[in-house]
Amino acid sequence: MTLITRRSLLIAGAGGLVAGCDSIGKSEAGRDLLFKAEAVHKSLQRAITDRNALAREFSETDMSPRFRANGSLFPADPAYRALMRGNFADWRLKVDGLVSRPLNLSLADIRSLPQRVQITRHDCVEGWSAIGKWHGPKLSTLLDLAGLRDSARFLVFHCADTLYGRPYYESIDLIDAFHPQTILAWAMNNRTLPVEHGAPLRLRVERQLGYKHAKYVMRIEAVAAIDAIHGGKGGLWEDIADYEWYAGI
Amino acid sequence: MAEPETPLETPDVIRRHALTTRIWHWITAISVIVLLGSGLMILNAHGQLYWGQYGANYDQPWFRVAWIFEGGRVPGWLTIPSTYNLALARRWHLFFALVLAFALLAFMVASLLNRHFQRDLRVRARELTPAHLAGEVRAHAALRFHDPENPRAYNGLQKLSYVAVIFVLLPLVIFTGLAMSPGMDAAWPWLTEIFGGRQSARSIHFIVAMLLAGFIVVHLALVILAGAWNEVRSMITGKWKVPK
Repeated sequence: MTLITRRSLLIAGAGGLVAGCDSIGKSEAGRDLLFKAEAVHKSLQRAITDRNALAREFSETDMSPRFRANGSLFPADPAYRALMRGNFADWRLKVDGLVSRPLNLSLADIRSLPQRVQITRHDCVEGWSAIGKWHGPKLSTLLDLAGLRDSARFLVFHCADTLYGRPYYESIDLIDAFHPQTILAWAMNNRTLPVEHGAPLRLRVERQLGYKHAKYVMRIEAVAAIDAIHGGKGGLWEDIADYEWYAGI
Repeated sequence: MAEPETPLETPDVIRRHALTTRIWHWITAISVIVLLGSGLMILNAHGQLYWGQYGANYDQPWFRVAWIFEGGRVPGWLTIPSTYNLALARRWHLFFALVLAFALLAFMVASLLNRHFQRDLRVRARELTPAHLAGEVRAHAALRFHDPENPRAYNGLQKLSYVAVIFVLLPLVIFTGLAMSPGMDAAWPWLTEIFGGRQSARSIHFIVAMLLAGFIVVHLALVILAGAWNEVRSMITGKWKVPK
């Protein structure tokens, strides 16, 4: 075998590997196997780490000079636009599903609850990070007010924005729902939450990637399972692009 | 493997690599290549690198993919998958990250038990002297890669590069990868701080990945120069023919 054919073999091998990966990534069996890694990461993380560990909190001097916004920046929904023009005075957050006392809260109601302020790092799945200050009640406060039923396993956040023609939504389990840093932020960087960052209310779930932090939250629904909701994978990005539902990785 | 028999000269075949070493080598070879390809696709989602805790479009990067590739994206022949798909690249990356890390852990335990590390990879002080290293470089240039007195032993440069990969680069790439996980960052905040913040960890992850890619290029070149068939066979069957 000459040197040239050995080299061509190596190059052909590398090309074949990339092509092979593409066909594995398109096959159902290949995807099933690859997608199993999410559950392994989630179980390993939760087995070897403290389930209530807090994300690092920073000081004001550590904050990003300018916090990038992405995803929906200005929801097109006419009902949302009308609420926005009215400075969200008529906006109401619904908390329903598997709860004993469904809630219907105004922004003033939400602001009158005990508040948490946290300066945390926001990590986008794309790879960038920004540090910002968030202000709002803990999700657990609202869940206690509503009286979560024992059968509830997930919280689904229904949003006013759409992406690719589908309503945005996200979901988290009870471990993250009752985590002390999981808040519903109505203020950011000492100002009322801007529209591009999800006004009037967005979820902060600090130990997961940015796409879990649903913006423009209109309704929080307590459910026993997520598979019957929209595409069944627990979130818009999970449904349309196969992002991990557990985004702590 | 069938060897051509010659009546006067029987090829001197020795056992070169233990089974655990061979299994780990191929698992890691596949994992690193998939991780490099999928990692470059993940980089395409935000082709800029920063130092510190944060870094996004309004901040100053130290590296942009656009400096190397037009359009700011690594081309498809280098990425897994070959067309833009961040979600699927993450699935590949996070699957093989587990394979790489646990294979390395198992290999380390096995190689301490079978004394592969102590016997074959222990770098001796005399191998680090400038005179010795210069001699090694001259021997490499003359395509002499083994000591005829002790053909089974790795040469000094080989030892140093394997030690760097096994004990420095692979652990670094694994821990900088963990330091990018928001779940792990909350649980083990020291991990992110060791590297100077999440964006620094991401930058170091990329640099180490490129060093590993550089190692693969040199490693393959030397395998070819040392006799590709004999070297590849030794990593499959364990048997290695001592070059005359």
